[in-house]
Amino acid sequence: MRHGRFPFIVGFLGFPVLLYFVYVIWPYMQTAYYSLTDWNGFSRTVPYAGFGNYADLLKDDQFLRSLFHNVVILVVYPIITIVLALFFAFMLNVGGRGDRAGIRGVAGSGIYKTIFFFPQLLSIAIVAILWGRVFESSADTGFLNALLAKVGLVDPAHPLLFLGETESWLMPALNFRDTVLDAPVVLWCLIVIAVWGGVGFYLVLFSAGMQSIPKDIFEAALLDGSTRSQTFFRVTLPLLWEHISVAWVYLGIAALDFFLLAFAIAPPSMLATGASHVMSSWVYHTAFASSRYDKFGYACAMAVTMAAFTFLFALIQLRITRREKIEY
Amino acid sequence: MTTTTSRHEAAPAAAEPKRPARDREAKGEGRILNAFSHTFLAIWGAMVAVPLLWAVIQSFRTDDEILHSPLSLPKSWHIDAFGRAWTRGHIGDYFFNTIVVMIFSVTLTMLLGSMVAYVLARYRFPGNRFFYYLFFVGLVMPIFLGLVPLYLTVKNLATSIQAATGLPFEHWIGLNTYGGLILVYIAYSLPFTVFFMHSFFRTLPESVAEAGLIDGASHTALFFRIMLPMAKPGLVSIGLFNIIGQWNQFILPNLLMKPQGPGDTDKSMLTQGLLALVNNSKYETDWARLFAGMTIAMLPILATYLVFNSRIQAGLTGSITK
Repeated sequence: MRHGRFPFIVGFLGFPVLLYFVYVIWPYMQTAYYSLTDWNGFSRTVPYAGFGNYADLLKDDQFLRSLFHNVVILVVYPIITIVLALFFAFMLNVGGRGDRAGIRGVAGSGIYKTIFFFPQLLSIAIVAILWGRVFESSADTGFLNALLAKVGLVDPAHPLLFLGETESWLMPALNFRDTVLDAPVVLWCLIVIAVWGGVGFYLVLFSAGMQSIPKDIFEAALLDGSTRSQTFFRVTLPLLWEHISVAWVYLGIAALDFFLLAFAIAPPSMLATGASHVMSSWVYHTAFASSRYDKFGYACAMAVTMAAFTFLFALIQLRITRREKIEY
Repeated sequence: MTTTTSRHEAAPAAAEPKRPARDREAKGEGRILNAFSHTFLAIWGAMVAVPLLWAVIQSFRTDDEILHSPLSLPKSWHIDAFGRAWTRGHIGDYFFNTIVVMIFSVTLTMLLGSMVAYVLARYRFPGNRFFYYLFFVGLVMPIFLGLVPLYLTVKNLATSIQAATGLPFEHWIGLNTYGGLILVYIAYSLPFTVFFMHSFFRTLPESVAEAGLIDGASHTALFFRIMLPMAKPGLVSIGLFNIIGQWNQFILPNLLMKPQGPGDTDKSMLTQGLLALVNNSKYETDWARLFAGMTIAMLPILATYLVFNSRIQAGLTGSITK
């Protein structure tokens, strides 16, 4: 039984672990190392800088503005996505009439579930093309502007800018040193796209959770005369808590990342103004843009800080949402 | 479990007297909520499906129509935009590139991922936990944190092996090579694959493995002949997940697949090609071609999804909660 065990384990683990170490772990370790240097990315010498880059972070206004954008996303994006996904999941799984056939979703729930999941299958390039047309600033070709112009909410001669709008919305722009802490319209547009893309996934996640709750619990609640909203708040929500908490952590990590949306969908002119930057896109810009070619070590320090925020968030979130597990 | 069943049986009798009044109340609320929820579901469904349908339809129209009456159906259906996207938009080339890379990257991801998962799930040895958590790191960290050093790693690794061996490794696994991208795709797909398959291999019965070993099968033969076939449902789920993920991968090819000089060929992936079409269409204004390219890029994945719908959903959400 034990014959040839060791060579077998080494043979199976060796190559994949090596591959994974070289291309994933090693780059992460390098990022951590370069964050302590003033290296520019290509010179032969790597000047050691200690924690100087981290001290510089506090003076970087654009970084703080980007960080603030992440905070706005972190506050808004997970909650909207979870509320919508929960509502849909409830409707599609237990929202239908509980009659003799038992508990089930509303009519056509299978089709809804299939369709809602579509955005999950699209590459960010396609999402960028589609939403570029939706938000286009023209009453002729822009989807939303055309619609709003028809209803009379928008003057066709002055279409809304959407992705090109740097004005803060829902909150006043706060002056801070040489920059502003704000929530520009372009950022809200990105959040809308993120919600549109994310709801389908979390709907499926919550559906799986609801399916695993024994049906007799719902039936018992119904027989006791519980209305649907009571069933939702008193039965479904508590039993689904673990799934919601997982979703919250994942959405939070996504909110602190947000790279693809800020990088691929926000128009380049927006990135130049800094209105659509989040931490990740600012890191990318700092590391690769030719105007900041000597900032490589500094970009790494930002990346490490971001990773630290992400881990911290995940930890706190897990602490807050921890509850006693309900066995059924 | 027993308590809920007995409650279920007891409930009808207990609730009988006050049922009518409550029922009417619940029904009234139900009807309003029903109409409301159906409207809401339909609106969201339209928000998801209509843009996609609209984009597909655009590819059958002329630019003139697209620009001047974006919301109407085409008067006649043109299919030449697909030809233009395929040849002049190079979507055909990018399609080919993506397929070539994915044949290797998905197959090898599945093979190597299940090998790691199997060993970690069913063999006790010192360091087992260490490797397990090593893969966990890759699951939590956002890709782009290591992006800059990754670029340098791919570049320098090929250069130094080439210098050491004298073989043209820069053309095999360097920047802008299929081999380099394949290796990187595998490395970044491993964590999720390992975790998913790990939980799968743990559920397989011990007795089968023991019987196989008593019959004299080697550990390797046991894995390939017995365990891997038994894990087929899990393999299908995670395989589809990897196909979708790698087909849509955007950051990695964008970082690694740029021509490295004037003589280097363009080996862009489909997602890069689409973005190039977006940027070109600003100057050449061939919108139909852009939408046709998009349709070509989208359809294989949509078709796969519709066929394997439930399995993909299980694959995507299954391991998140474990």
